[in-house]
Amino acid sequence: MDPLEPLIAQIQGLSSSSADIARLHTILKHSDETLRSDSSRLYPILQLIDPSIHSLGFLYLLDAFSAASVSNQQQAEEAVPIIARFINACSVEQIRLAPEKFVSVCKRLKDLVTLLEAPIRGVAPMFTALRKLQVSAEHLTPLHAEFLMLCLLAKCYKTGLSILDDDVFEVDHPRDLYLYCYYGGMICIGQKRFQKALDLLHNVVTAPMTMMNAIVIEAYKKYILVSLIRHGQFSTSLPKYASPLAQRNLKLFCQNPCIELAQTYNNGKVAEVEAFVNANAGRFEADNNLGLAKQVVSSMYKRNIQRLTQTYLTLSLEDIANTVHLNSAKEAEMHVLQMIQDGEIYATINQKDGMVRFLEDPEQYKTCEMIEHIDSSIQRIMALSKKLTATDEQISCDQLYLSKVGRERQRYDFDDYDVPTRFNI
Amino acid sequence: MDADDSSSSALETFANVDDDNNQTNHRQIISASDQLDIEAYISLYSGRTRISRLLFIADHCGGNNTMQLEALRLAFDEIKKGEDTFLMREIVKKINGRLGSGYALDEAWCDAIEKKAELKKEKLDSELNSYRTNLIKESIRMGYNDFGDFYYAHGQLGEAFKNYIRTRDYCTTSKHAIHMSLNAILVSIEMGQYPHISTHVSKAEAVLDPLDTITAAKLRCAAGLSNLFSRKYKFAARKFIETSPELGSQYNEVISSQDVAMYGGLCALATFDRTELKNKVIDNTVFRNFLELVPEVRELINDFYSSRYALCLEYLGNLKSNLLLDIHLHPHVESLYDQIRQKALIQYTHPFVSVDLNMMANAFKTTVAGLQKELESLITDNQIQARIDSHNKVLYARHDDLRNATFQRALENGRDFDRDLQSMFLRSCLLKYECSKSRIRRL
Repeated sequence: MDPLEPLIAQIQGLSSSSADIARLHTILKHSDETLRSDSSRLYPILQLIDPSIHSLGFLYLLDAFSAASVSNQQQAEEAVPIIARFINACSVEQIRLAPEKFVSVCKRLKDLVTLLEAPIRGVAPMFTALRKLQVSAEHLTPLHAEFLMLCLLAKCYKTGLSILDDDVFEVDHPRDLYLYCYYGGMICIGQKRFQKALDLLHNVVTAPMTMMNAIVIEAYKKYILVSLIRHGQFSTSLPKYASPLAQRNLKLFCQNPCIELAQTYNNGKVAEVEAFVNANAGRFEADNNLGLAKQVVSSMYKRNIQRLTQTYLTLSLEDIANTVHLNSAKEAEMHVLQMIQDGEIYATINQKDGMVRFLEDPEQYKTCEMIEHIDSSIQRIMALSKKLTATDEQISCDQLYLSKVGRERQRYDFDDYDVPTRFNI
Repeated sequence: MDADDSSSSALETFANVDDDNNQTNHRQIISASDQLDIEAYISLYSGRTRISRLLFIADHCGGNNTMQLEALRLAFDEIKKGEDTFLMREIVKKINGRLGSGYALDEAWCDAIEKKAELKKEKLDSELNSYRTNLIKESIRMGYNDFGDFYYAHGQLGEAFKNYIRTRDYCTTSKHAIHMSLNAILVSIEMGQYPHISTHVSKAEAVLDPLDTITAAKLRCAAGLSNLFSRKYKFAARKFIETSPELGSQYNEVISSQDVAMYGGLCALATFDRTELKNKVIDNTVFRNFLELVPEVRELINDFYSSRYALCLEYLGNLKSNLLLDIHLHPHVESLYDQIRQKALIQYTHPFVSVDLNMMANAFKTTVAGLQKELESLITDNQIQARIDSHNKVLYARHDDLRNATFQRALENGRDFDRDLQSMFLRSCLLKYECSKSRIRRL
């Protein structure tokens, strides 16, 4: 007799109450092997079951089906809509019973759309999946990284930004975080939100780790370049909370043009930096960082122009071109114009006599919007600091932590004797 | 605005009137000292410093051949009086026969000196040994001291330093201790071992008995030199200014009173602010005694204080070639000059809301473009709070809006705090993960 038939009957029968679903879950776990061996016959069955009611069963069947039978484009063409339909319809409670299965199905969706070379088809389902799997907005699922990667491939940076604005506080697996921050950084770079990108990459570079990994090394390269673009400087020393491993090894692993570029940049000569980037274009290209390196050069021009605003009230375009080593007054005008447009400097250009008049920042911190902005910042920081206190309390009550700390200082220090007795625990 | 302009122009005219009066009588001094009179200069000093100063001049006078030969000739005579055969050979090589046969290498002289040195060394050695067997502290000290003198005369400075230091264990009175320190300072200055100078100065100052004025003055000079060498110009200036004029020519194996005035004056000009300059230099009756010796420095300090910058800078320019020939000041001349010029620029702009660059360029005897460059670098370093209107060539003072700056800073701090906390939470998550993983592994 076909072993699949009773299983399907059970799936259809045991989907009403939570107790039933729990029983179904154990049955499904046991029959996983059988499903996998019969994966070729699952396609018609999948058409029979309603994914919104029998989500758990559908998930197991789908996992087995997609694991084995999809290898060419035509099959992928069939599988993608099924998975997408399932993700849209499935019930949140049921899939959270088997998150690993759900994640693996979603990852397969990503593989399929990449195979079809249409990553954009995966973006929307992946976003839905991510939201369904997520317990709260602060929770980082393994799907975050997958989603961001699809966004990158499909060049939908704006969609990607929507989840980057959430604050993440809970992480299941370090690798998820590394990838989330790395891809997130790249998306922010794409949107020219360099500060956010820098923060994300900074998280990767300074993350505690026990082994070097490729993500950190790549992130470090981008971190150098973005830091040059955003701050115009880069110091090779990492903050002291970075893992000792990273502090020791990152520079060695990154024997690449980025560090040399940072050194050239620090000399402050635009021509040198430009020559360096041109000379090492191949090496930057190999790291996929050529675009960033070029942006470093143009950011240097901008920074020099910005510095002029601190010094001058009026300056001719000719002089600007000379001081920042641009070829002509025309080119200087383009740069200044662009910067005025981007809100990076405040100035007016007088085309008649070729003068630029630099103005002060018009922000007076008097508008309602500004007050609201400040207020929301204060609220946010208050919330954060409350959370910090809570976390601190939680950690100081944590058994594991206390036992570790206790082991490390078994003997009393002299300082301990100074503590009044009532504070001793 | 009008008031500013008129007051600055009034200043200008005032400066110009003064200009005419001063220029005539000072011109002479400057032109007299334009070409350094080596013989007069070197007569200020005694001991080995004469030789090293002459050699320094010979090395640094550039393409000036007569000057170089003159310096070498005087140095040769000086060396001949001493007992340093190594220096003798060196200088003969440098003279290279350009001064005629009288200044060739005298082998007989060298041999005689070396033989004599050999004998003297043996004698000192045996004397010292006998003192040591007899354990007479004072004699041992004398013995080491003689050894130090001996090596010093022969140019073996390292050995001399060692022997002087050795006397320390046998010093019985504070006078001996001071003597030891002074010897050590003397040798260290010549060797260029600047860190030793300050340690020995503080050692000498730490003796219990009060120092006599001359010793105190010597120590001040030494401390000033050591600060000068380590580029702490402000401390150097203070030390030189505190030097008592009774020093006279007592310490001319190291420094002349003219040098004290020059070093002190320039360092003070470069680092002191206006009130300090007025109180500690111009109104300082003690230091005035030194300044009287070098009227150029006195004048330029007065000019600087009364804002006649062009005149002051002109004096400095004239003094420069001579200062560059000074063995101790040479490496610091450029940076001191830069600092003085910057201070002059800052002081000039300080009281005004707006300054006409043409007028300012006039006052500093420079071009508007050059002045603009200098001002630009000062503004970038945040030394002058102003902005340049390069179209109308006016410098406008700029006052930071404190309110806006505070808002900006507060928001910035908030952002930083936010960011730091976020990444801290994330790190703690990862640590927690590592921690529980390692526990699972252990179980």
